[in-house]
Amino acid sequence: MSALSLQPGHVLAVWRRNFLVWKQLAAASMLGNFGDPFLYLLGLGYGLGHYIGDMSGIPYMAYLASGILCSSAMNTATFEGLYSAFTRMNQQGTWESMLATPVRINEIIAGEQMWAASKSLISGTAIFIVAGLLGAIQQWDTALLALPVIFLIGLAFAGPALAFCAVSPSYDFFLYYFTLAITPMFLFCGVFYPLDTLPAAVQDFAQILPLTHAVALVRPLLTEMPLTEPWLHAGVLAAYAIGGFLLATRLATRRLLR
Amino acid sequence: MSDCVVSAKGVRKRFADREVICGIDFDIRPGICFGILGPNGAGKTTLMRMLLGLSPVTDGDYTLFDKPVSDASTHSRVGVVPQQDNLDPDFSVRLNLHVYAGYFGIRAADAASRIDELLEFAALATRGDDKVARLSGGMRRRLMVARALINNPDLIVLDEPSTGLDPQARHLIWQRLRSLKARGKTLILTTHYMEEAAELCDELIILDHGTILTRGTPRALIAEHVEAEVVAVRGLSNELDAAELCEGLDIRRDHVGDTWFCYGSDARPLVARCSKRSELSFIHRPASLEDVFLKLTGRDMRAEA
Repeated sequence: MSALSLQPGHVLAVWRRNFLVWKQLAAASMLGNFGDPFLYLLGLGYGLGHYIGDMSGIPYMAYLASGILCSSAMNTATFEGLYSAFTRMNQQGTWESMLATPVRINEIIAGEQMWAASKSLISGTAIFIVAGLLGAIQQWDTALLALPVIFLIGLAFAGPALAFCAVSPSYDFFLYYFTLAITPMFLFCGVFYPLDTLPAAVQDFAQILPLTHAVALVRPLLTEMPLTEPWLHAGVLAAYAIGGFLLATRLATRRLLR
Repeated sequence: MSDCVVSAKGVRKRFADREVICGIDFDIRPGICFGILGPNGAGKTTLMRMLLGLSPVTDGDYTLFDKPVSDASTHSRVGVVPQQDNLDPDFSVRLNLHVYAGYFGIRAADAASRIDELLEFAALATRGDDKVARLSGGMRRRLMVARALINNPDLIVLDEPSTGLDPQARHLIWQRLRSLKARGKTLILTTHYMEEAAELCDELIILDHGTILTRGTPRALIAEHVEAEVVAVRGLSNELDAAELCEGLDIRRDHVGDTWFCYGSDARPLVARCSKRSELSFIHRPASLEDVFLKLTGRDMRAEA
């Protein structure tokens, strides 16, 4: 079985299952995805922004909002790919119930990945609207292009998260993933300040991290900063998405189909 | 094309350090209920998981509807009732079935009428809007049976369908399974309840340590392996006492704990002797599948059980 042979109907059925669960609890779920970044935006954007003024030639609120948009897409997709997917894989037997039908394991992974990216898009859209209301969006003609990019960011983070989920013995291990991968990216990939303030070695390392490319792509779409090498950034995100998908499929196969 | 729903030839399953299925052959004809019996750890679950493509076959020929079991396209003709409850706790009864229909690519409009029928069949018609978490164990199991029927399968695979249910719930499940058989469905059932196997199965295999110990109809297996009647006697002081009780009678004895199981084609003389000894308590009954099972797999408690 090739991991890339996917029946769209099967992938959509997996996605729809998660969507229907979300729909029942949408209000509570939205608050979780959206409350945190909103507080960052207000607290740091207004508080810190007052002292900082401009950063890289644009108001700090605009600078920060585009970064938070990316980091919230990262967090939302990662959370979904770890905790929520683990519940379905390990606790509820949801994946096993799907495997008794014509749906295959790669289609489950693909559906989960698409769903995690959809959640990134949902919470991202909410932050996008707030950012707009706060005057943090400077370029409305390209700003809407950020939304499909947020979906791509979600795919790029959901893939590796699902791969980690597939080898985790319990929920406790997800803390390692956050401490070792997610939090460093949150702090060192240009969400709060430009990369060029960091030592050269750290800058180089940051270039292989997906959040760096997410920020480099989204920020120029929302602000007056110039957009450089968009296809490189999109390509890196796509590589994480596809690589994560293939790895997650392989690891989940090893875990479930023994 | 064979006319078998399932065919196994020389099927083996090896995990890293041990072989759990050691070269098994069997065929399942359409329209019957086929039982796979065996103590815990005998290999029943592995055999089922391989059949459903959930576990790769190490060696041998294992086919489902004439296709290798690894081919998931056959799943459109199969319904599965797992032992572990994996219903969606976030959904209502009806939505559980709707979502499951989606995995088979059944259109929502077609699913809706099918779901009404299935809820009726599973005696859950009034509970359609309830959350799964509010159902009793028996209702959940019936919902799992209904879910397994959503794609109108030709084969239904059930892993210990009545484990943990009270007698009422169990009999209701059995009744439903018999009615499926009457509609021409093929059923595969794993169980370690001999009563369940005797009630439902047309043919069965008894499995232990990854090999088939025996196979046949429940009636034929009883006739082949054990005598017609059993007297279970308690209160005997020792083996010598038991031998004395059975002296001159054609009785085979089996001693477990405080009980002597005495098998014979006609146990009436033994019953007469037991009645004269007031210190003995005894039960006289026809031999059952359970006697066959225990004779073949042993009465000892197992470490893995």
